[in-house]
Parts: sequence; C-alpha cells; structure tokens
Amino acid sequence: MSETSAPEVQSSDLKVIKNVTFEILRYSPEKDEAPRAQKFQVPVIKGMTVLDGLLWIKENLDASLAYRSSCRMGVCGSCGMFINGLPRLACNNQIVHLNADTITIKPLPNYNIIRDLVPDLEGFFDKHESIQPYMIREQVEELNNPTGEFFQSPDELVDYIQFAYCIKCGLCLSACPTVATDDNFIGPQALAQAYRYNVDSRDEGAKEREEELYSSHGVWRCHFAGACSDVCPKGVDPAFAIQLLKQNMFMQKLHVHKQKPATHVIPWVAEHIPNEKIPKAPERTVK
Amino acid sequence: MRESTLWFWHIIAGAVIFVFLGLHMFIMHLESILGFLGLGYGGDVTSAQSVFMRSQQGFYMVTYIVLLGAALYHGLYGFRNILFELSLSRTLEKIINWFFALGGLALFIYGTYVTVFIFFNPTAV
Repeated sequence: MSETSAPEVQSSDLKVIKNVTFEILRYSPEKDEAPRAQKFQVPVIKGMTVLDGLLWIKENLDASLAYRSSCRMGVCGSCGMFINGLPRLACNNQIVHLNADTITIKPLPNYNIIRDLVPDLEGFFDKHESIQPYMIREQVEELNNPTGEFFQSPDELVDYIQFAYCIKCGLCLSACPTVATDDNFIGPQALAQAYRYNVDSRDEGAKEREEELYSSHGVWRCHFAGACSDVCPKGVDPAFAIQLLKQNMFMQKLHVHKQKPATHVIPWVAEHIPNEKIPKAPERTVK
Repeated sequence: MRESTLWFWHIIAGAVIFVFLGLHMFIMHLESILGFLGLGYGGDVTSAQSVFMRSQQGFYMVTYIVLLGAALYHGLYGFRNILFELSLSRTLEKIINWFFALGGLALFIYGTYVTVFIFFNPTAV
C-alpha cells in the first residue's frame, strides 16, 4: 500500500512576485460621513487570492478593516465584493489573474453598507424568503410523518439541479440593472430559486408562490440584461430561470401549460444490501 | 396574477403590432410589388387622395382601429412599467395606473371615432 504525503511547499512558491496596490473603500458609520478610499501595498505570492490579500492587510497593516469571509473556497458565498468593476467572490479570484497593478475593492452595489466591505444582506434574504424557498406539499401529514421517500427520476433532477447550486452570495442582485433602480424588484436570486422549487417534481407549491412571483415587481420587471448570469460564481443562470418562469405563465394563459404530475411516495428500503464491488469505508479516525 | 394578464396582453399586442406594422410598411414602401401583383392603387400611396381612398375601405378601417388599440396598450403599458421601476409609493403607482388606463381609453375612443366617422362620411373630408 502506497503512502501519499502532502506536497512539499517549494520556497519559490512563497517568493513575492510583485507588489499590488489595494484601493479599498472604507466606511465606518460612526466616524465617516461618506465612504472614502484607502490604499494598501500588498506583496503578492503565487496563488494568492484577493481574500488572502485582505487577510494580509488585516494581519499586518490595519486590523480595523471589515469584510465577511468564511470557507475560502467559493462555497459559502460570504466574501462577495465589487472587485475591479465587477461583483466577484474575493476567495475565487487570484490577484495575478486580475492582471492589474491596482485592485479596487468596494462593497457590493445595490446594498446598504454596514461597514467597509460588509453589505447589508437583510433585504436580499427577505426577498429570498418571500418566494417560500422550500418544499410545499398538499400532503402535510406525509411531510411531518414520512412513510417513505418522494420519488424523483434523474431526468426530473436535471430540470432544476443547476439552480440548486445557488450559494446566496448576492452577486446577481448587485449586478442587476433593474435592482439598481427598483428596490422592490424581487431580484434574480429569489426568482431563480422560485423556479427551482416550482419545477421540482416533489413540490406542489407553484400556486402559493404565484402571487409574489407574478406581482408588479416580480418576473415581469426583468429586462433580460443577463448580468446576473454573467457574474454568478457557481454557473447558475438566473436570467434563464426568469425567462422560463415567464414562458410558463404565458403558456398557462394560453391554456397549453403542461401540468406537472404529482410525485408519489415510495416506501423506505426495508433492508439495505450493500454492493459487494464497492469497498467498505475505512474506520473513523475521530471517535 | 393581474400583472401576468396585463403582460400577456402586452405580448399579444406586440405580435399584433408586428403583423399590422409589417402590413403598413409593405403598403407604404413596396407599392411597386403590389402593383406587379395587381393590388396597387396606381398612384402615390402617400398622397392625400390615396390615404382617403383607403380610409373608405372596411378592411383598412378595422386595421386602423386594431393597430391603434394594440399600439396604445403596448406603448402605455411599457411606459407605465418604466415608471414603476423608479421605486414609487403604492399610492403613486395607483395614480399612474388610473392615469394611463383612462388616458389610453380616451385616446382609443377618439381615434376610433375619427376612423369610423371618415368611413361613414366620405364627403366630410
């Protein structure tokens, strides 16, 4: 049995490639009347992300710099910022890939600023909540006391899976030109999630979502600029979901809308017989 | 759902405009082809006499009214949507709704009256 060890860090990997200027928009509501720009010189090494640069500034230059971050790998969606003119995740963008000597970082547009690079996402999550982004079933008893699993075929999964990759980072709303002028517009994130649940074969809540979805600030306000899809770090296509929602409603009005069949419940697997070809999992190392 | 119905008719009005405006462009700019097919008027289509002659025909009268309705609805609904994107208050939104609905209706009635009046009173012009 071969033993794999972690690759050694080469000293050349830690060599400073160049110095980059981070121009960061600072704003402290208790001190500043308006946001102001502040510059920092950051030594860049191979593979360093914008988030690494911000961490370096916080550790070495200014501990008061405020920003959100968590996973460092484009999964949690916390570190959304306006980097060099585009909404991006700071952890998902390497400094050298930006190909610039100055990196301008601002908080996400279309949100109020709490402090420095921290946007107020409360309205964003309110909109998300308004479209009831969860499974709605007519059989409430089955949801509360399940007797089995709701069947779903691989084809039915494909209908919505790309929209399920949303990490709620809020980049799409900050890129949306309609959100920029219309505060009440539900926005691409919530609309894409509404579509994700509406087409889920296990869900029966499309009627309940209709009022919010097709209100005067719902899907019909989308101009199909497509900026939301362009900036999504997970490859979700909210603009496409919105067009599909429009199409569904149009077909419904023409009375040619294909009614989704109700998903049936399949009983639990009584006895699990493991596949012999699949090796057993190793013993747990943490007890 | 009310908004969906309004949008549905917005799309339908767009389709109607596409067809009827296409017909308008064809008549106005491709009269030589119409003449070749034996459907031309044999004169200048933009002359007052030619316009008057068309307004005496039932097909054109209906066409004008349908196009007027479709264009008014499509245009005013689109303009109302642009205004709605300015984060207005609910009260202002209601005022805009009534303003466009009543204004649009008044323009439609006036335009229809003129079209029908000329059709039934050829000597009036």
